[in-house]
Amino acid sequence: MITVREWRERLSEERAYDLIAELIEKARKNRYNSFITVTEEMALKQAEEYDRGERGGKLAGIPVAIKDNISTQGIRTTCASKMLENYIPPFDAHVVEKLKQEGAVIIGKTNMDEFGMGTTTETSYFGAVKNPKDDERVAGGSSGGSASAISGDETVLALGTDTGGSIRCPSSFTGIYGLKPTYGLVSRYGLIAYANSLEQIGPMASSIDDLGLLLEVIAGKDERDSTNSGRSFKYSPAEKKFRVGIIKEMNADERVQEVFDDFVSKISKFVEVEEVSLPSLTYALPAYYVIAMSEASSNLARYDGVRYGFALDSLDSWTNYFSRVRKEGFGKEVKRRIMMGSYALSAGYYGKYYLKALKVRTLVLQDFLKAFERFDILLSPTMPSTAFKIGELADPVTMYMADINTTPINLAGLPALSMPAGEVKGLPAGVQVIGRHFEENILLGFARMVERNEV
Amino acid sequence: MIDDNTVKHVANLAKIEVDEDEIQEFRRDFERIIEFFNRLDEIDPDVEPTYNVIPLKNIMRKDEPGQTLERDRVLANAKFKENGYFKGPRVVE
Repeated sequence: MITVREWRERLSEERAYDLIAELIEKARKNRYNSFITVTEEMALKQAEEYDRGERGGKLAGIPVAIKDNISTQGIRTTCASKMLENYIPPFDAHVVEKLKQEGAVIIGKTNMDEFGMGTTTETSYFGAVKNPKDDERVAGGSSGGSASAISGDETVLALGTDTGGSIRCPSSFTGIYGLKPTYGLVSRYGLIAYANSLEQIGPMASSIDDLGLLLEVIAGKDERDSTNSGRSFKYSPAEKKFRVGIIKEMNADERVQEVFDDFVSKISKFVEVEEVSLPSLTYALPAYYVIAMSEASSNLARYDGVRYGFALDSLDSWTNYFSRVRKEGFGKEVKRRIMMGSYALSAGYYGKYYLKALKVRTLVLQDFLKAFERFDILLSPTMPSTAFKIGELADPVTMYMADINTTPINLAGLPALSMPAGEVKGLPAGVQVIGRHFEENILLGFARMVERNEV
Repeated sequence: MIDDNTVKHVANLAKIEVDEDEIQEFRRDFERIIEFFNRLDEIDPDVEPTYNVIPLKNIMRKDEPGQTLERDRVLANAKFKENGYFKGPRVVE
C-alpha cells in the first residue's frame, strides 16, 4: 500500500507523468478486476499539468480512483450495471469537482456490486473483484474495486460509497482504511442513488492521515444536495483520554472475535474500556433491508430506457417497453431488491414493513445517542468474518447477514471507520470505530493513537 | 405464503418482466427475504418513525433562474429522439 506521504516522496524524485504511467499500466492489467474504466488519457494529462507546475492543491499529483456510481463528466459511469454500460454523465459529482480543484489525478472508475447492492462485488455486471490478499476470495463490497485498488498498489487514494457497510466491509476484507462520514457531511450530488437516506460517499486509503486529508477535500456545503448539512471538515485528529465502549450485540466468528478481543485488551492499556448494550440492534438488520429496498424500488424507477441507459432496438408499446428494458438491463440481485421494495411499500404492507422499520430506526438512533452519553467511541468487529471465497455466498439472505455490524451505523447516520486490526490465516480483519454525528476528528484521533501505538 | 401470482403482481408493480422459469426462483428468494423481514413482527415500538436522522427543515434553493445543461448534452445519452425531444414508447394504441 502506498501512503500520500510516500507518493509525495516519489514525486520529489520522479516526474508525475512516469509515476502515473506506471500505475495506469498496472490498472490496465487489472489483476484483481478493480477497474471498470481506466481513465488513461485524463490521468496522463493531469500528471503532465502537475509536472509543468500547473496543478496545485491539497491533492496535487496524487492518484485517486473513483467508485463507478459517482458521476464523472465525459467518462462513462456504469454502476457496474448493464443498464448503464454506456452511460456518459454530462456533469461531475460534487466530490469529483472537489478532487479536480485540489489537483488530484483521476486514474479510473472502480468495480462494485451492481448499483451498490451486495457485500462481495460479485453482483457486478463486469465480474467479481479479487482480493489482493488471496485471489480466490472476494474483496468485499460494494466498494470492492476501490479497496482492491488500494490494497493491490493500483492507486493511493479512492472514493467509495457506503449505504450499509460498502466502504467498511471491503476495507476490512483487504486490510485498508475506510471511513463512512456522518450523513449529510459529504454532498451526494452526482452520486447515482440507491438508498438516499442511508448512503454517503467516503474516503478509502492506507493510513488514518490519508483518510482525514481526503475527507477534508470532499466534505462541505453544496446546495445541490438538499440533505447536505452545510458543514465543512478540517482534519484535526483529537488527542484526549478516550472513553471506549464495546458493543455487546456486535460479534464475529470465533477467530475474528479473537483478533478483536486481542485488539481490545491491547488498547485497554491506555484507554478506559467498558462493555455497553444496545438492545435495539437485534432488529436493525431487517429494518435496514426493508428501508434500503424500499428506497431502491423508488430510486431505480427512473431506469426506463428512454432518457439514458440500456434501450431496446425499437420502442414497442408502453406496456411492454419499460418491463423489457428492466428485465434485460438489471441483474438478479437488483431485481430482487426492487421487487421486495415494491412489495414492502405496496397496499396492505406499508405499516407492517416500511413504517415499522422507520420506528426501529428511531430506537437504534436512541440507543446510540444514549451510549454516546457515556462513551466517545464505540467499537466492534467490522465484519463477522474474513473474506469469503468467490461463489461462497449463494443465498441472498445469508449475504445480508454479513452486514449485521455495519448497517446499524447507516440507520443512525453516524460516522464510522474500519481499520486493520490483525489477520486470521493471512486474511485481514478490521475493527469498526464509531463516533457521534459530525465528530469525525474524534474517530480519526482515536484511530491514529491506536495506529501510533502499533496495536 | 408467496405464490406465483404474488411474484407476478410484484413484478408488474416494479415493471420488470419475468419469465415463467424465473418465477419459481424469485418465489423461493422472496419467501426467504419475507421470513427475514418478519422478524420485525416481534416488536411494536411506540415511537415516531425516523425518515432522516439529521434534522433539516425546508431546504430550498433561491427562486432564481440559473444555467441548466444544454439540450444536446441532455439528449446525448438517449437512443430515441426527435426534433430535440426524447422519444418514448407509444402510450395510446
